[in-house]
Amino acid sequence: MPEQIAVTVNGRHVAVSSGTTVAAAVILAGAHCRTSISGEPRGPLCGMGICFECRVEIDGQRHQRSCQIVCSEGMQVSTSE
Amino acid sequence: MNSGQKEFDVLVVGGGPAGMAAAVSAAESGASVGIVDDNPQLGGQIWRGEVQNCESEASRWFERLCASNANQLCGMRVIDQPGLGVLRAEGCKGFCDLSYRKLVLANGARERFLPFPGWTLPNVMGAGALQALVQSGLPVQGKRVVVAGTGPLLLAVAAYLRKRGAEIVLICEQASRSSLAKFGLSILSQRQKIGQALSLRKDLSGIRFFTNCWPVAAGGDGILQAVIISHGNEVEKVACDYLACGFHLVPNTELAALVGCAVKDGYVDVDDFQQTSIPSVFCAGEPTGIGGVELSLIEGQIAGLAASGKNKASQKLFSMRTRLQKFATRLDRGFALRPELKKLALPETIICRCEDVTYGSLKKYTSWRAAKLQTRCGMGPCQGRVCGPATEFFLNWKPDSVRPPVFPTILENLAAMPCQPEQSHSGAMRGPQ
Repeated sequence: MPEQIAVTVNGRHVAVSSGTTVAAAVILAGAHCRTSISGEPRGPLCGMGICFECRVEIDGQRHQRSCQIVCSEGMQVSTSE
Repeated sequence: MNSGQKEFDVLVVGGGPAGMAAAVSAAESGASVGIVDDNPQLGGQIWRGEVQNCESEASRWFERLCASNANQLCGMRVIDQPGLGVLRAEGCKGFCDLSYRKLVLANGARERFLPFPGWTLPNVMGAGALQALVQSGLPVQGKRVVVAGTGPLLLAVAAYLRKRGAEIVLICEQASRSSLAKFGLSILSQRQKIGQALSLRKDLSGIRFFTNCWPVAAGGDGILQAVIISHGNEVEKVACDYLACGFHLVPNTELAALVGCAVKDGYVDVDDFQQTSIPSVFCAGEPTGIGGVELSLIEGQIAGLAASGKNKASQKLFSMRTRLQKFATRLDRGFALRPELKKLALPETIICRCEDVTYGSLKKYTSWRAAKLQTRCGMGPCQGRVCGPATEFFLNWKPDSVRPPVFPTILENLAAMPCQPEQSHSGAMRGPQ
């Protein structure tokens, strides 16, 4: 059984297994990642750090690509919901 | 924040099969080697999460790499060339300057996305993208997935997702049955590929698979709920939770162009030793032509050996490369995009997702540059990596020159960087000769 890690997405608690990326945690939390300039909700497109659609705020740092960052215990993620 | 400098005989950019093979070959030849990759772990896209999976081919290369004392720099992306023989990489702790005598670019490919109405909805993503997300922790047990687009990647992705408990509702391949049949016959000459094809066929048994079929729209209320597909003369609405959709691959040539390497017909131009137009720079894997993991491994080894002065040893691999390159040519022919797909986007369809630029507002321009200046198409954080290949297919626009930084960087790092000589901003700059 892989180790469980607790993070929050927009204040909601989400438990993920170790090695899970922030992008996967955001989808698990039922959130989208960013809101486009015309107001559309967006989620990951490329899954490999190129498209920048999965940008979220992680522990106060904005514009982090959630598909390239692995969850760590207590991480606070906020998306532009 | 400056987090230092490192020096290597051979610096490898990209930690997929080509990069790992290059780093192993160079390090085992006695060179001091650094291998830098944007991802948190080595393996690239195809071997994501597999390097620690014992018995896999990925783990065998990874073990050799770890035994070789090559310096692994993960979570670092190369953003600039601040001077001759130096690349600047940025990570979460700031930036680092990596000096090299020889450089091997093995920074892979990305999926080609073709915009259609609804493609910007959350849960519409690349085929490789959904696989990568599942490999990095997204459960898909019981989720309904439509896999669409073109290329052998679709089948591999569908088989993987099914193994992880997803319900593959449908696979849509845009190529015709006859071009697939030709491709199928052509790979009969390669034993390894036949084995892969047969095992995929078993893994995919019972799944609806259409050729001549592609998505024309995706719909849903803030999130994907259904996709409309075109199949022959019919249109069908298919309910699903995810649409995994990619139209084959596009080589990543931006970094090669920044360093000054010649790019020909969309691929980095290399000689028999995988050497680019700049003698100190080598390139291996998908940036030189989309050919898959076996070809990438051979090209990586040739580049790694040649970069560490072992030309003779690298020559022994030339015939194997020639054989594998034939497969790449067949791949291009078998999965060529059909002209009907040029009509996928409607005037209101967003083409540039970063800046929300629609197809209608782009069509009045005649070039990529004019459209960029007037509409901001391609000016967002992806720097045209998504909309560039789409406008190339829809409108025959050619991509522009590359400027640093090749990836967005944070202002704090930019401010901390020492003043750069004027020449580093020229795409025509040459590395050490």
